[in-house]
Amino acid sequence: MSLNAKDKSNVKAIFAKAEPRAEEIGVEVLSSRYSRHCISFICLFILLLLFRLFTVYPQTKSYFSHWKDFTAGSAEVRKHGLTVMQGVLRAVDMMDNLNTSLLSLSELHAFKLRVDPANFKIISHNILLVLAMLFPDDFTPDVHVSVDKFLAQVNLALSVKYR
Amino acid sequence: NNRVSLFRLLTVYPWTQRYFASLGDLSSPAAIMGNPKVATHGKVVMGALEKGVKNLDDIKSTYAALSEMHSDKFHVDPDNFKLLTESLTICVAMKLGPSVFTADAQDAWSKFLAVVVSAFCEQSR
Repeated sequence: MSLNAKDKSNVKAIFAKAEPRAEEIGVEVLSSRYSRHCISFICLFILLLLFRLFTVYPQTKSYFSHWKDFTAGSAEVRKHGLTVMQGVLRAVDMMDNLNTSLLSLSELHAFKLRVDPANFKIISHNILLVLAMLFPDDFTPDVHVSVDKFLAQVNLALSVKYR
Repeated sequence: NNRVSLFRLLTVYPWTQRYFASLGDLSSPAAIMGNPKVATHGKVVMGALEKGVKNLDDIKSTYAALSEMHSDKFHVDPDNFKLLTESLTICVAMKLGPSVFTADAQDAWSKFLAVVVSAFCEQSR
């Protein structure tokens, strides 16, 4: 299984489509024009994604035992969600060379965080779910396949250093 | 919803098509979407899920016969049930949106589907 040209353009399109929608969503975070769009989308995404992860898959909270607050508005959740989403957006930009560009992240997850790779599948499913919910008209089956394949490649790249 | 989830399953995980030779033309996403047998079968699947929702206290016996059928007659690899539940959850989320399909709703829904899948796997071994 590998990403063909159509997959790559589908993935870039759906993540790019999100940015103008951020203005509608209206979450004001930063002042710079580009980052406000990007971060607003990310904020809504985070609220939907991470909070959902912790509710539906409570075992994922075990990696964050040092946090005090797992509710949707928590500063810890928002900060970490931003980190994760920025990682995903970086992967979208580096789609042609995931294994190399995600090497340091793989090392981080393998040696420092020691996240069980089974969790990559859980978060991928929820990313798909949140994208589908936010963009029902754009998340066609075609786009669904492409994003699913892309996230699987990201998971593989993140698992490279595990053993 | 019935046709949409089955359609997604067959398109996003094309290897699942091997179980549906009797449905006819599944050669392309357009073919699958237009195929009336897919729609009918989707309705059958959703009807079965509805039965589970109406019998939440006894899911195992509700699905005993279907479980046997899927393992002994259709020889479905149980991993496929997971693929279907993932497609189904995404379709439901798309249809209902975040204000209805909240995190708590997703929690309850995914627990329900997990119990259904477990009932289906009962007869596999």
